[in-house]
Amino acid sequence: MYAQMIKSTGEGVKSLEDMEPQERAFQERINAGGKIEPKDWMPDGYRKNLIRQIGQHAHSEIVGQLPEGNWITRAPTLERKAILLAKVQDEAGHGLYLYCAAETLGVSRDQLTRDLLSGKMKYSSIFNYPTLTWADMGAVGWLVDGAAIMNQVPLQRTSYGPYARAMVRICKEESFHQRQGFDIMMKMAKGTDAQKKMAQDALNRFWGPALMMFGPSDENSVHSAQSMAWKIKMNSNDELRQKFVDECVPQAQYLGLTVPDPELKWNEERGHYDFTQPDWDEFFDVLMGNGPCNTERLEARNKAWDDGAWVRDGLMAHAAKKRAAKLAAE
Amino acid sequence: MSDTLFEFLCRMGDNTLVLGHRVSEWCSHAPVLEEDIALANTALDLIGQTTLWLDLAGEVEGAGRDADKLAFHRDVWDFRNLLLVEQPNGDFGQTMMRQFLFDAWHLSQLTSLMDSSNAQVAAIAEKSSKEVTYHLERATDTVIGLGDGTEESHARMQAALNRLWPYVGEMFISDDVDTAMIETGIAPDPASLRPAYDALVADVFRAATLEKPQDDFAHKGGKSGKRHSEHLGHMLTQMQWLQRAYPDATW
Repeated sequence: MYAQMIKSTGEGVKSLEDMEPQERAFQERINAGGKIEPKDWMPDGYRKNLIRQIGQHAHSEIVGQLPEGNWITRAPTLERKAILLAKVQDEAGHGLYLYCAAETLGVSRDQLTRDLLSGKMKYSSIFNYPTLTWADMGAVGWLVDGAAIMNQVPLQRTSYGPYARAMVRICKEESFHQRQGFDIMMKMAKGTDAQKKMAQDALNRFWGPALMMFGPSDENSVHSAQSMAWKIKMNSNDELRQKFVDECVPQAQYLGLTVPDPELKWNEERGHYDFTQPDWDEFFDVLMGNGPCNTERLEARNKAWDDGAWVRDGLMAHAAKKRAAKLAAE
Repeated sequence: MSDTLFEFLCRMGDNTLVLGHRVSEWCSHAPVLEEDIALANTALDLIGQTTLWLDLAGEVEGAGRDADKLAFHRDVWDFRNLLLVEQPNGDFGQTMMRQFLFDAWHLSQLTSLMDSSNAQVAAIAEKSSKEVTYHLERATDTVIGLGDGTEESHARMQAALNRLWPYVGEMFISDDVDTAMIETGIAPDPASLRPAYDALVADVFRAATLEKPQDDFAHKGGKSGKRHSEHLGHMLTQMQWLQRAYPDATW
């Protein structure tokens, strides 16, 4: 997902009986569906976990601008250009509210940015794949935003108030993004032979990486169990991945495209599609920095930040001069 | 008449098309998130205005071309934008200086066009002027903030102004198309916009502690299409590539 492989304190979930009164009251509030707000008491682990998760989600939005930004200057019509530009702009906006949500937990946007740029904090593995044809703009909207929505819709009910509220707005925009992606795929899949070929090629390249977005199976993970008890993770990775496959397969059929999985078939008994797991070795390679675009993505973010230093300094210096002049005039 | 009106509408639409494209090149590379969002907003407005101007141009021409056909299937010599807007982005300061120099002209042009004898021109001008009012406000604040910021930001803004000033004069030069527009009450005399422009930029440069170059020499050839800079062709190879490579496709 946009926040993959988040490690919690990892000590296993405590029972209510083992908790001190303060922590017990906190957990009972969460169990009852209540929200935790910035000024409320919270366990250190909860705070740290949320900072990692929200920070990683914010970074994913910002780095996620790059693969789509890659096609803005080559968009084939004025309308497509405007839609894509608006979508990438929305992602910057999502990054902004998520950094704000993280700031309510006591970490600054600048600190989080430094941790992204140094490689200390991660972003979703999916954005380390290249966008090679215009059909990739369709596939990214359809599959990548589609997978993101699977995870983010339940997060609207997450226990931390600012995160849940940010997610409400983000989900509205994401569902528009997914529709515009599918709309591009429809045009391509029903278009000329070259367009159909681009559409199939995009699906072939993005199917596996999209399945990886949910992270490896976490059935026995203590990290996941704790995050679920805190309601900052709402479903297991496998559960969401299955839901995603079940939703996408009929959509691919509607488009007349072939999902690149020879083992894919409907399982009547389970009421779900059986499918092949993605290449988890590749996933761990990408996570370790060896995806096709890891180096370029971080270089691009670092360059934007470094090249912009004089602008940020200049505007801050001007604001300070104005404040000083105002004080002197008073 | 329809020939000169077509020409005039292409000038308006090509300015917004080319500048919108240039500004969109910044997307996801800006100095700070808020600027990324603001630049994308500006580009979006300009692309929207392009659709209005060039669709109307196509309608006036009556040859079955719409905004997309005009944007993606003309070559350099058919473009009618000012040389200023096709200049490369450079650093953020150069981008914002180019924006300011253009916006200051654009807003007064649109304000005049709101009284155009052509109702469609007046309607597009009215819609666009709301957006451009904001563009000018933001570009003004940025030019002042960076001009009167640090030593480095000041030096960069002065360099940007020196680099771009020779492209300002083209906005106020008239030709036969302008004469036809003035005679029919469609558009103002370009020269008539100059005094207010000079006054506005002088105020902003004063606040920004920047010096306007002494020499008012003006490069020309963009709005007439006679001699564009080398930059436009490279921009078109990217912008028009998909349409040119797959001419039988719809997107």
